[in-house]
Amino acid sequence: MIAEFWTEWGADITQALWETILMTAIPLAISIVVGLPLGILLVMTRKGGQAENRAFYSIANAIINVIRSIPFIILLFLLIPVTRFVAGTTIGVEGVILPLVVYTAPYIARLMESALLEVNKGVIEAYESMGIPTIKIIWSVIVREARSTIILGLTIATIGLIGATAMAGLVGAGGLGDLAYQYGHLRFEPVVMYVVIIVLIVLVQAMQTVGNIWARNLRKD
Amino acid sequence: MIELMNVTKTFTTGKKTVEALKDVSLRIKKGEIYGVIGFSGAGKSTLIRCTNLLERPTEGEVLIDGVDLTKLKKGQLRKERSKIGMIFQHFNLLSTATVYENVARPLKLSKVPKHEINERVEKYLKIVGLEEKQHVYPAQLSGGQKQRVAIARALAQEPEVLLSDEATSALDPNTTSSILELLLRVNKELGITIFLITHELDVIQRICDRVGVMHQGELVEEGSVIDVFTKPQHPQTKDFVFDDANFKVPDSIKKGLSATGRIISLTFIGSSSSEPFLAAITKKYEVVPSILAGGIDQLKANSVGKLLIHLQGDTAEVEKAISYLEEREITVEEVAS
Repeated sequence: MIAEFWTEWGADITQALWETILMTAIPLAISIVVGLPLGILLVMTRKGGQAENRAFYSIANAIINVIRSIPFIILLFLLIPVTRFVAGTTIGVEGVILPLVVYTAPYIARLMESALLEVNKGVIEAYESMGIPTIKIIWSVIVREARSTIILGLTIATIGLIGATAMAGLVGAGGLGDLAYQYGHLRFEPVVMYVVIIVLIVLVQAMQTVGNIWARNLRKD
Repeated sequence: MIELMNVTKTFTTGKKTVEALKDVSLRIKKGEIYGVIGFSGAGKSTLIRCTNLLERPTEGEVLIDGVDLTKLKKGQLRKERSKIGMIFQHFNLLSTATVYENVARPLKLSKVPKHEINERVEKYLKIVGLEEKQHVYPAQLSGGQKQRVAIARALAQEPEVLLSDEATSALDPNTTSSILELLLRVNKELGITIFLITHELDVIQRICDRVGVMHQGELVEEGSVIDVFTKPQHPQTKDFVFDDANFKVPDSIKKGLSATGRIISLTFIGSSSSEPFLAAITKKYEVVPSILAGGIDQLKANSVGKLLIHLQGDTAEVEKAISYLEEREITVEEVAS
């Protein structure tokens, strides 16, 4: 029975899994590239930070809050003109990367911000007192000390991202969520839906486990 | 070596302004250990943080080896700061780095050549006695060991000055002693000038050459440790010194005794401590002294004896006995009951 199911659906499920992985990995990578520096900037420009700048902080803070208040499904449609301009298409995996980045990067920036703020101020001060340049302190002291918290934050962001990719099916990007919706719900193939759910559970569990172990290994206290 | 000239620091939070330092000037000579003592809130922490400009003074100059730090550009300031090591009450080590990395990282970041980093780390970990713990993380160390790592980290920069911001305040008495021994050695063997702040009298007594007393943002008294200890002038200093000299005799007992005579504390230095002056005054004058408490404090360079006595007798005779003691370089202080 399992073999039968797999010959019928195996290819579709593997294909959908691959699409989900792509839709998670690419936006995640871009979001880290955008979100981590943004988080650092938030920490530096806030009151009492190394490069206090009230204007920058308030604007960045407001933009992040605005984006974070919009549900992904709305963001997806809201961004269609921008996506068309940037990616040249609004459908398929390419068409969903930009909205996913816009959705995830501010979230990662927030997670980075709170992770970096947790770093012991005294240590930062000790390095300042030794005449170490600020930029090096940020990277080699603050970010490094916060690595464990950063990894945990990124794990949460990744799992949120996997959830968001399910909605990307609405613009024809495929993925596991789409498969479950199209076949499981619309075409009444509940078994496909159950299998997809199991695959998603395994995927999320695996992500969380890897994240936890990684973070624990980085913690030394 | 270190010169603070008319340093003032005011903090403004909302509409409130607090004057943490009021026109403080002090000069620390090369090779000495200078301690500032004060209760919390006296401004001593601000003072030491102004010395390497972790806190920028509102007014005044901070000279290290003749260079005014307040006039330097960022880059130049960083360079000067590398000559000033600092240790803290809470050690401020990287929690995710081993002992070795904690000492090595600042060197890497200040672009010290690789082979030299290794040499320096090993040298200074050996000096602080932690060469065995190189690969251990701070969480596995005791407070004293953590402070040793912090000291090694500061020394590895090969500074001329070491600032100590309450470095022993979070440690138990035994560990405090061993850290003080280490600081003494650092001062003697490496010739590093030490500027420390503390609220513990013991720290000043054991390792400092000179002491300053801070009270409400002002440096109210300053001098060699022995002078300040035996002849304190300012009420704040007396508070510190005599709180210790009173040996915590309960007020009720003091009250009872002061009805029958005077309670005085005697402070004497080194050699005069061997003279039997109590026997002498008993013979010479019509007084009956009785000892309430006593002890000898070992200062860095000298020992100071302290005695709390109850002196009974005719007013004139007691006065004569007191003058006799004062002539023998003994500091006599009446203790209020």
